[in-house]
Amino acid sequence: MIKTEQLVHDYEVRDDEGNVSGTVRAVDGVSLDVQPGEFIAVLGHNGSGKSTLAKHLNALLYPTEGAVWVDGMKTDDDLKLWTIRQEAGMIFQNPDNQIIGQVVEEDVGFGPENLGVPTAEIWERVEEALKTVGMWEFRKKSPNRLSGGQKQRVSIAGVIAMHPKCIIMDEPTAMLDPGGRHEVIRAARALNDVEKITIILITHHMEEAIYADHIFVMDEGKIALQGTPREVFAHVEEMQQLHLDVPKVTLLAHELRKSGIPLPEGILTKEELAQALGLSGVSDAQDR
Amino acid sequence: MFDGVTIGQYYQTDSVLHRLDPRVKLIGTFVYIISLFIVNTWIGYLAAAVFVAVLITLSHVPFGFIMRGMKPILLILLITVVFNLFLTPGTTLVSFWKLTITYEGLDFATKMAVRLIFLIIGSSLMTLTTTPNQLTDALESVMGPLKKLHVPVHEISMMMSIALRFIPILMEETDKIMKAQIARGADFESKNLMKKIRSLVPLLVPLFVSAFRRANDLAMAMEARCYKGGEGRTKMKPLVYRTGDYTAYGVLAAYAAVCVVLRAAGI
Repeated sequence: MIKTEQLVHDYEVRDDEGNVSGTVRAVDGVSLDVQPGEFIAVLGHNGSGKSTLAKHLNALLYPTEGAVWVDGMKTDDDLKLWTIRQEAGMIFQNPDNQIIGQVVEEDVGFGPENLGVPTAEIWERVEEALKTVGMWEFRKKSPNRLSGGQKQRVSIAGVIAMHPKCIIMDEPTAMLDPGGRHEVIRAARALNDVEKITIILITHHMEEAIYADHIFVMDEGKIALQGTPREVFAHVEEMQQLHLDVPKVTLLAHELRKSGIPLPEGILTKEELAQALGLSGVSDAQDR
Repeated sequence: MFDGVTIGQYYQTDSVLHRLDPRVKLIGTFVYIISLFIVNTWIGYLAAAVFVAVLITLSHVPFGFIMRGMKPILLILLITVVFNLFLTPGTTLVSFWKLTITYEGLDFATKMAVRLIFLIIGSSLMTLTTTPNQLTDALESVMGPLKKLHVPVHEISMMMSIALRFIPILMEETDKIMKAQIARGADFESKNLMKKIRSLVPLLVPLFVSAFRRANDLAMAMEARCYKGGEGRTKMKPLVYRTGDYTAYGVLAAYAAVCVVLRAAGI
């Protein structure tokens, strides 16, 4: 679905007069291959190049070196630009700055309008998209009156209405409260499960990454670690060196193992830990 | 900060006027404003008054609500009237101290006041019954022919609707920055004009920075959703004329004709 090969991106650094005084390498030789229908998480601390990578995946930025393919189309092919952007939708961090319409339904219709979809079909797509994210009853509301999580779900609906094959989410939960975060991640997982849309979730909340099929951990523009959540989070020390946390439960299991309790590596959920410790009936009441 | 300014604010209710195609209302407002300058007799103003009174009744907007919107205009109105009243030369009506009111001045001032009041009522009636969205759509459609003259009609209306969308967001942000500055000891309450102006600097600078950042984000989000200008775009809510709209155009034409006849006949 999405493939990058030795992707390099340099940002130009300008001095006070606006002359190029140097370059900063934000992405440095990243190669990855995402299969259709996968749920991918990209982790990394601030400045690790994960957002820059995301912007390459729907041709908002072009590679300095290397190449990116979306569904077999190379992103620097100008003729394919709009097809690429339709197939690979993008959700950004700040929900306020990506909603264009003054009414929820109009915002969702913005993408299809740009694609030149006939009026009757726009309405069908808007209804379908809003129902998918559970925002149908808010269709006549002003986006300003919604909560952060709801706004982000409207943004997701706006992308779904364009019928993408893949959605790239660039830290969609960074500005949300825990409730909103939960809403957005649930919507993303539902899209992946039910609609089989490929999801690339960029985040620094480790708990959101445990549902992924595959995790890429980025550091200084390179992929530092990759694998299934279980494989990646087994490397507790490496993750800490990269200034990243592992899920709290994984950390607890790791510490317990270090102090001599026999536990397997890469425990991701409370239930797994309880099972491994031979406990049962652990209450779910103190859920995060 | 802007509480109580009702002029131009959409009044949500259901009425014939609300359901009318926004293009009819936009053109109607223009015709009405022009008509106010065509007629120049009291009978003419009576016609304009009857016309606008019927429209207000049809709009279901409370008269008091419209009048409240007039408050901020009152001062301008007063100044206009006073200047016209005292500074128009002609036959003296009353004279005291150094001021004289002439017959012509009185006539001119009252007519000017009536004209301005009707003008404001007429145009606020449009914005009271039309959502900003419909208005930008109408503007884009009415200005459509200007595209041939390379006027970026679509871009103008897109800019307007984005501006409207961001007004509440930026207001909220202003409030937030203000509170943050107050918490650090900034003084926004000072009566001293110089101090007041100076206190705006730490307010405006962060506001501008954030507005530019938002603009950058929004542009990227629009591009990511395949926005490429007005070319090849379809409409989710296209404007379609219905029978009622044609009737409205008919009524409008009749009113305009009456005004022209009144002017020509000189009554």
